Amino acid sequence: MNLTVTSPPPEITRSGSSTEAAPARDSATQGCDLSGKALRIEVRSLHFYYGTNLALKNISLPIVSKEVTAFIGPSGCGKSTLIRCFNRMYDLYRGQRATGEILLDGQNLLDRDIDVTSLRARVGMVFQKPTPFPMSIFDNVAFGIQLHEKVSRSILRERVEQALHRAALWDEVKDKLKHSGMSLSGGQQQRLCIARAIAVEPEVILMDEPASALDPIATARIEELVEQLKERYTIVIVTHNMQQAARVAGYTAFLYLGELVEFGETEKLFTTPRQARTRDYLTGRFG
Amino acid sequence: MSAGKISGGRYMRRKAVNVAMLVLSGASAAFGLFWLFWILGILILRGAPALNWAFFTQLPTPPGMAGGGLANAIVGTLMLTVLATAMGVPVGLMAGTYLAEFGRQTALGRVVRFVADVMTSAPSIVIGVFVYAVLVQPMRGFSGFAGAVALAVIMIPVVVRTTEEMLKLVPNSLRESALALGAPYWKVVFRICYRRVFGGLTTGILLAIARVSGETAPLLFTSLNNPYWNFDFTKPMGTLNVTLFNYAMSPYDDWRSKAWGAALLITLGVLCTTVVARLVVSRTQIGRS
Repeated sequence: MNLTVTSPPPEITRSGSSTEAAPARDSATQGCDLSGKALRIEVRSLHFYYGTNLALKNISLPIVSKEVTAFIGPSGCGKSTLIRCFNRMYDLYRGQRATGEILLDGQNLLDRDIDVTSLRARVGMVFQKPTPFPMSIFDNVAFGIQLHEKVSRSILRERVEQALHRAALWDEVKDKLKHSGMSLSGGQQQRLCIARAIAVEPEVILMDEPASALDPIATARIEELVEQLKERYTIVIVTHNMQQAARVAGYTAFLYLGELVEFGETEKLFTTPRQARTRDYLTGRFG
Repeated sequence: MSAGKISGGRYMRRKAVNVAMLVLSGASAAFGLFWLFWILGILILRGAPALNWAFFTQLPTPPGMAGGGLANAIVGTLMLTVLATAMGVPVGLMAGTYLAEFGRQTALGRVVRFVADVMTSAPSIVIGVFVYAVLVQPMRGFSGFAGAVALAVIMIPVVVRTTEEMLKLVPNSLRESALALGAPYWKVVFRICYRRVFGGLTTGILLAIARVSGETAPLLFTSLNNPYWNFDFTKPMGTLNVTLFNYAMSPYDDWRSKAWGAALLITLGVLCTTVVARLVVSRTQIGRS
């Protein structure tokens, strides 16, 4: 189920540690009218630490359902750190921790007792470098499905085909499903990774600079694909390419030095930024 | 400036140094190879005549009597190696996996890694004496089992370190992307990491087997020797290595000839294992990103 800003469902207050019905909007998210929009994720006062080093400072922002939200900002601003909170990827490393709340359909996914494997089935991720598994193209896609469901061979085939279709890769690989996933080109590998993420049928797909290791043509294909995918999935994309954010994202968040400087509709943020720092970054004065 | 010149004193000197170094390093390589081929040549020259049908099919003859073979020792060596592999490889693989995947920074990990390093260079005779003390003496007798345990103890640290080194080659991005699909960590290790370095793991195991198949000292204290057929691991077991040791020291020409044959056979076995290991490496992708 989705939650909306105007009428938060009771889960929020029940599962959240905060007793407020809705968090006070800070300056970063002001001026962005989300009333009537379904929210998939809501980040509230998120702090993130690498050991004792504070990498994200009090981030609060919404992620609108079935839209593309882009995180932009200079290197080291915390955009990748933020996206890695959404599927608890940081759990893998000692000394990394987050405080605050990230509500996914009203449930705080930072809770200790959240089952991260089922969380990650709902929140998929695509990484910067294509990482095909050392197995066939078919098995690459089937791997995720088989983790979470027991399906018959024929249904598995259908699901794999569907995922490859949705990732716009089917026509290129349909005759070589048994070939190694590592035999594909970089752009194809990245679409294979997207197919792999889609196959699990997540609600949210996180993309951490998915095109930065690809050539311009492969990048254009990924961007086209993101455009199609948002009809089904909520997409959060980290990019250091501002043009890419402008092309694909409905909403954009600008982060700088671990702070959320500005969040809003992409068009407004790019044409009439409210914050001086956003304007300076967009016009290339730093970053 | 003489930057534009392609000949001149400096260039000539560099050329001379280059030639000198090339000759030196080439000569060093040839020096090493010379002894290797000498050993191989003599082994083949002296050993090949002993390798006939009877050598592989018949039991040893009494001292001084011609004919017969080392069939029991060949089978014994194979049995010991198989049992040692079955005991040593799983332990080594799992300990190596622990070091690479779970214990990289932990105190236990550091201790295990250090002990494995020490064990790798421990003299094998010490391991033989150790197994003698903990198995042969309490069990009141030499046995094939004790021999296999000694060989397994020698294998374990080799497998541990190669497994760890191989798993360290798996990029973290691969682990992360499997975890991001909601895979539990153990599945990531078994289904993704192992498969990624399958060639390297196989090579490590084969090299560990090659390493122990040449060991004699630990077997002297454990499996001893046996001139008869024996398929019972609780009794002393004949092996090529110990037979080679005994026969080579004997005064009988026929035995000494068989010792050469055994030496050649062991060497060929190690050579084959190593060649297979090389083939496995070249046919799989290790370190490919």
